[in-house]
Amino acid sequence: HLATSLPLPPERDHLRPRIDLVAFMIDIKSKYSLKNVEASLAYVDDSFFLGKVCFLVTGVGRVNYCSVEMNAIRNLGEVYCSPVLFCELEVEGSQVATAQRLLRMLEICAGHVPGVSALSFSSLMRNCADD
Amino acid sequence: VEGVARTLLSFGRLSRGLPFGRAHGLSSRDPLLPLAPRSQENADPQRTAFLLRKQWTLYSVTPLYRFSNAHLRDYARLLSAFIAAEKQKGLAVEVGVELDIKVAVSSLPYLKGSDQDQAAILVQLSSRSPASPKNSEEKLIWSGWFCCVSGDDLSKNVPEDFTCLPLFLVNGAECYTSIVGSWFQKTFDCSFRRLAISPLILSWMAAMWTGCKVDKTASAMELVFSVPCLPQPLDISYAIHPEDAKALWDTVQKTPGEIIQEEVDVFMDCLYSHFHRHFRIHLSATKLVKVSTAIASAHCDGIIKFLQSQYLTGVLMLLTELAISQIE
Repeated sequence: HLATSLPLPPERDHLRPRIDLVAFMIDIKSKYSLKNVEASLAYVDDSFFLGKVCFLVTGVGRVNYCSVEMNAIRNLGEVYCSPVLFCELEVEGSQVATAQRLLRMLEICAGHVPGVSALSFSSLMRNCADD
Repeated sequence: VEGVARTLLSFGRLSRGLPFGRAHGLSSRDPLLPLAPRSQENADPQRTAFLLRKQWTLYSVTPLYRFSNAHLRDYARLLSAFIAAEKQKGLAVEVGVELDIKVAVSSLPYLKGSDQDQAAILVQLSSRSPASPKNSEEKLIWSGWFCCVSGDDLSKNVPEDFTCLPLFLVNGAECYTSIVGSWFQKTFDCSFRRLAISPLILSWMAAMWTGCKVDKTASAMELVFSVPCLPQPLDISYAIHPEDAKALWDTVQKTPGEIIQEEVDVFMDCLYSHFHRHFRIHLSATKLVKVSTAIASAHCDGIIKFLQSQYLTGVLMLLTELAISQIE
């Protein structure tokens, strides 16, 4: 399900399936996309931040188009204890690889992978921060 | 801690704000300490006048091997011969014009930031039509200069035989640029790369330069944005009265002489909100491509124009930093 911002329109609530993973997309070329994501984060229930949220940052192939500061993105990942994935969605190879990663994460978040839960994402994050 | 120790003398902390710049292992809490270009009261405007109000295309240059200030005349001679040879091959120059090209290579010792910096090197190509008399005036057709202003970060890491002049500025026809560039590359084993300026850096420039004091009435600050994803290219030009811009920056900047990313963000956000209020367009979703202020103007393709001699060194310091980032 794709949305340009949160909250999702309430009219379709009853038709919507359970949400297992929220991926926020930030385009490094657009400061606006970062602001949009920051505003939308407020509408996500706290329980999602136990591994069911991730940040997808695209546009990293082109440094010279950069309008968003890297530190701001890293901070976001740290503050919300959620992984930050970098990709270049305009490149087909990266598109496919990113989709595969997200799918794998989604399988885990939905509980389809025995022995691994979404909580492992958060604990992975915390280990890195402690280093 | 490193940042505090190197504070007011070195400009180099902008790289901590650069997204893919050199890693310094600092947390985002450390204030960035780049200084806005300081007015150089003792700069001689006469000597730098020829650099002002010209459009310079920027390149980053890797260190030059076995370059010597003592051999500038020889270099001029060799380059001249090289150009003549290229002309013979039919590779040089503007079609249909037979020009006698004279090369001058000189040193600009006053263009440096610290004593460790290499003096800037200027290469000029002048021409005189062979038909005109011997003592007629030569016309300057191409200028390029290498410089390094406060490039300690690079020069201290480089072995003895190398000369660090990471910034190259060019004014003139592309055909000459490529000939001069090839000669330098062949002779000193260096490489040139166009220096692009990201929207992030352009915002820094806008904020930094707005804060600079100018003597005469400043020209308006202008920001040009390119709108993506449209069938026809669209550019938006946003002009702000220089006094308004300075007043805004003065309320945002906390410590004079220091600028941090948050302050630049707030400054730009104010400008964007103001625009959105009037035109319902989110400039933050577009690409900032050009910044013009009273002291300099910069374009994302790596083109700069210096407008005030007292801030020349300050701007060069920032550009040197960018060039070094691109090399590393």
